[in-house]
Amino acid sequence: MIKLKDILSPFTAWNNVFKAPVTIKDPLNREAAPRYRGFHFNDIEKCIGCGACSMICENEAIDMVEVATVETTDGDSGLRPRVDYGRCCWCALCVDVCSTESLTMTNEFKWVSEDPEDFRYIPGIDEKPWDNRTEGWKKPAPNYEFNQLERVNMEMLGPEERSDSFVEIVQGYSKEQAEKEADRCIDCGLCVATCPAHMGIPEYIKTVRNENLEEGLRIMYETNPLPEICGRICTHKCETVCAMGHRGEPLSIRWLKRYIADQNPAEEYQRILHSNDIDTNDKKVAIIGSGASGLSTAYYLRVLGYQVKIFEEFEAAGGMMRYGIPSYRLPYDQIDKDVNYILSLGVEIQYNTKVGKDITLEELHEEYDAVFSGTGMHAGRSTKIPGSDHKHNYMAAGLLNKITKGEEIHVAKEIIVIGGGNVAMDITRSLARLQNQKYGEINILTTSLESEDIMPADREEVVEAREEGATIDPGWGPQEIIIEDDEIKGLRVQRCTRVFDEEGRFNPKFDEKDEKIFKGDMVVEAIGQGADFSYLKGELKDQLAFNQRGRLEVNEYFQSSIPWLFFGGDIIQGPDVIHGIANGHKAARGIDKYLQANT
Amino acid sequence: MQTSNLINWQPDRSKFPDQLADGSFKVDLSSGKYVKIWHGPNHPGVTGNMSLELTLCGDEVMDAKTHVGYLHRGFEKLFERRKFIQCFPTVIRMCVAEPDYNEYNYAAAIEELSGIKIPEAAKWLRMLALEMSRLQTLLRIVPGQGGTTGLGIGVQWGVYLRDLILDRFEELTGGRIYHMYMLPGGVRGLLPDGFRKRMEENLKEIDDFVQRIDRVQYQNAVFKKRTKGIAVIPPEWVDQYGITGPNARAAGFNRDVRKDYPYLNYDQLDFEVNTDNFSDIYNRSRLRWRDLQQTVDLIRQIMDKIPDKGDFKAKTPNVLHWKIEKGETYIRSESSRGEYGYYVVSDGSEYPRRINLRGPSYIHAVSLLERLLKGANIADIGAIMVSLQSCPPEIER
Repeated sequence: MIKLKDILSPFTAWNNVFKAPVTIKDPLNREAAPRYRGFHFNDIEKCIGCGACSMICENEAIDMVEVATVETTDGDSGLRPRVDYGRCCWCALCVDVCSTESLTMTNEFKWVSEDPEDFRYIPGIDEKPWDNRTEGWKKPAPNYEFNQLERVNMEMLGPEERSDSFVEIVQGYSKEQAEKEADRCIDCGLCVATCPAHMGIPEYIKTVRNENLEEGLRIMYETNPLPEICGRICTHKCETVCAMGHRGEPLSIRWLKRYIADQNPAEEYQRILHSNDIDTNDKKVAIIGSGASGLSTAYYLRVLGYQVKIFEEFEAAGGMMRYGIPSYRLPYDQIDKDVNYILSLGVEIQYNTKVGKDITLEELHEEYDAVFSGTGMHAGRSTKIPGSDHKHNYMAAGLLNKITKGEEIHVAKEIIVIGGGNVAMDITRSLARLQNQKYGEINILTTSLESEDIMPADREEVVEAREEGATIDPGWGPQEIIIEDDEIKGLRVQRCTRVFDEEGRFNPKFDEKDEKIFKGDMVVEAIGQGADFSYLKGELKDQLAFNQRGRLEVNEYFQSSIPWLFFGGDIIQGPDVIHGIANGHKAARGIDKYLQANT
Repeated sequence: MQTSNLINWQPDRSKFPDQLADGSFKVDLSSGKYVKIWHGPNHPGVTGNMSLELTLCGDEVMDAKTHVGYLHRGFEKLFERRKFIQCFPTVIRMCVAEPDYNEYNYAAAIEELSGIKIPEAAKWLRMLALEMSRLQTLLRIVPGQGGTTGLGIGVQWGVYLRDLILDRFEELTGGRIYHMYMLPGGVRGLLPDGFRKRMEENLKEIDDFVQRIDRVQYQNAVFKKRTKGIAVIPPEWVDQYGITGPNARAAGFNRDVRKDYPYLNYDQLDFEVNTDNFSDIYNRSRLRWRDLQQTVDLIRQIMDKIPDKGDFKAKTPNVLHWKIEKGETYIRSESSRGEYGYYVVSDGSEYPRRINLRGPSYIHAVSLLERLLKGANIADIGAIMVSLQSCPPEIER
């Protein structure tokens, strides 16, 4: 039965006749919600072109493209994201993953254009009406993170344990720690561009995540034949540009490199690197010095088939790496691991042979088709202030060399070190250990021209030196070593008000009114080293071109104006290990090119 | 034959073929008595991009076949080539009308496989988004049932109210249709300031709508004539076919994933599962109307319990190469259409091995619909399809 009520009831809809309409009167000018995921905006100054947005985009709507107004620098790829609104699905994952938080979405959602090409644009570069909008999707909260901003801590010996021994401080990552640290990498490759050797950093970090460390070793050896060494003491320019460092801590790239090298046993290297059967050609190359550049050149020439012989002044290989860096940072057995592998490929080495003294460059030229020289900077520089000729004023490089050789050195009760770089820290910390061993207490002070914020030493070196008991008092210019009764009594210093002038040249200024005296009975100068070119003599020297600053001129392959003579390492670039390695690699290619052309 | 007992469309059955015990008709296409037509894929009476191949005798359906393939998407295959985080904006597209259940199931599966515990605020916010999603779907489907029988006014009311809920979604999640809110590890934001007040204003309007639609649609002689006793799902079919949601509950089955296998914090909410004892179009629609009221009540309960501050996303590994532990899981939730499940397999790599959706529409719009349409009047097809509330992308995934 149909009920009368069911016939009448629907007519109650007529009530609505008397109600106001609910439609939005001006829908085109409706403001979207503050969180709305509308058109993109990119803060170009903040963006570093890491490409995380492009990597996470599931629709491949974001391309990284070159932009005329942005320069490529260390730490900035020079690329900026271009968004294609034909593909974008407005998920805002690109915003959430952005390593610098430069990319946001505005709450603008209307855009009319007749040209379909318009909808592919570079936010922040192509000006749009919504560029100045403040509302829209941004990363929702400080602790809402797609990235891992904190480093996995490295286990280290405590200051107590380490301050009287030369045992290696850094303990290395465990498998779990290394994988966790490797997980933080976003594969941007800014590090690759910055690394002087252009190591395949994201690739070898990936091998840590994927537990394929043999592949990791192969990737490292493509550009760096000294991974154990670099994994410990590299100046890690890669880490200073790491995308993670903008809001958090950069990746421990150096420790991950060390982890890969440490995990691969030395006896497996030849199998892993497929190097047990290298063809040998009839060309011979001599290498002067077995430092980073020499070893690197030797390795890359040897794998190309050349007969390589290294001439080394000291009784062991490694150059500054062995004789300049204390073993608590770089143990000798680790240097041996890298060196022995290179020697195992058939690279010959002749120790205790100083070129220029035991054998001349001309003699080498007669016997070898090409010569590479990476003699480094072993000669310490002096401040030449009054009193610096005193017998208890030392050069850091000489002292470090003696410590490595195990020779007895003078260790005073109160020591002053002049210098703010890593060598200054190395000698400070080495002498602190020796003081502790000898006197049971540490009394060493290190001062530098540079104030704390611009000291060239690695931050951790300064922190660790202080932890071990050394006093670091930067920002002072040494004026005089005070000598009484032929004994050093102290160092008179004045406040340094500037180190470099407006043009960036070294031109320190001191405040004469702000003066003090550091007490001490021994001074060590660690203000830099110079090269010893005494082996370049006569005709050869005349043929070599030097630039205005007195440096040897070489081409992009480190070939000097004498075609068979190549130079690299600290005497050309750096000074540091990774530049030496990079130079060596390039020089090996240059020598190969030169010898192939002359066949 | 599942036809109306109120109106006997064809009293003289002598011109029609005999109906067999399984509901099918003996059709001899060469007799010239039958005509085959396509209902859809573009047809206002079809729920989405699918079509029905109908064999008609007069205006009665003798046979029906469901055809899908108009969406060309193949999501499940696509996922195998996407990293886990990249699947997050795509899973939602497997049901446009009610995307949030995809988000929840996917996120919950990843969390279960990788052992992530989400913060308390994220649980409540997920429940809010899920219930809001149910609400906006019901605001379409409840008056939409009237729409299939020519009653357009309810649809207009529903569209307006649904838009208000989409406004709330917009301010909570940043999107109106595809919310992309529940990502593996938590959600993407807390309640905005003043959200509760605006939501309550909307819910009040919906309370009023519930009364109005009752008078206009459910106490409506024409609507009753068009829907009562039509497309009846007998209780014995429910387990045979795997029918779920309001379609099963209207047949007397007290089944609801939220009650039977509580997830998130549903065990802390006070609600009873709505059931009925006769699953025809009218009762199914009426049940959804009751569900609508219940959803409004649940949203009020949830809004009282959502924390206003605190973490809303757990710490996860770097999403760019997130490897999920090797394993498999099945995660289910109660959507407005019934049990909605995700089967996710990970082989321990950065890419899913398999993501499989078990949606109610595969049953409701293919096997069940084909069965229910046999003997139905062509004018009722739209009403029958809407009463099953199916969603083609779920079938063709």
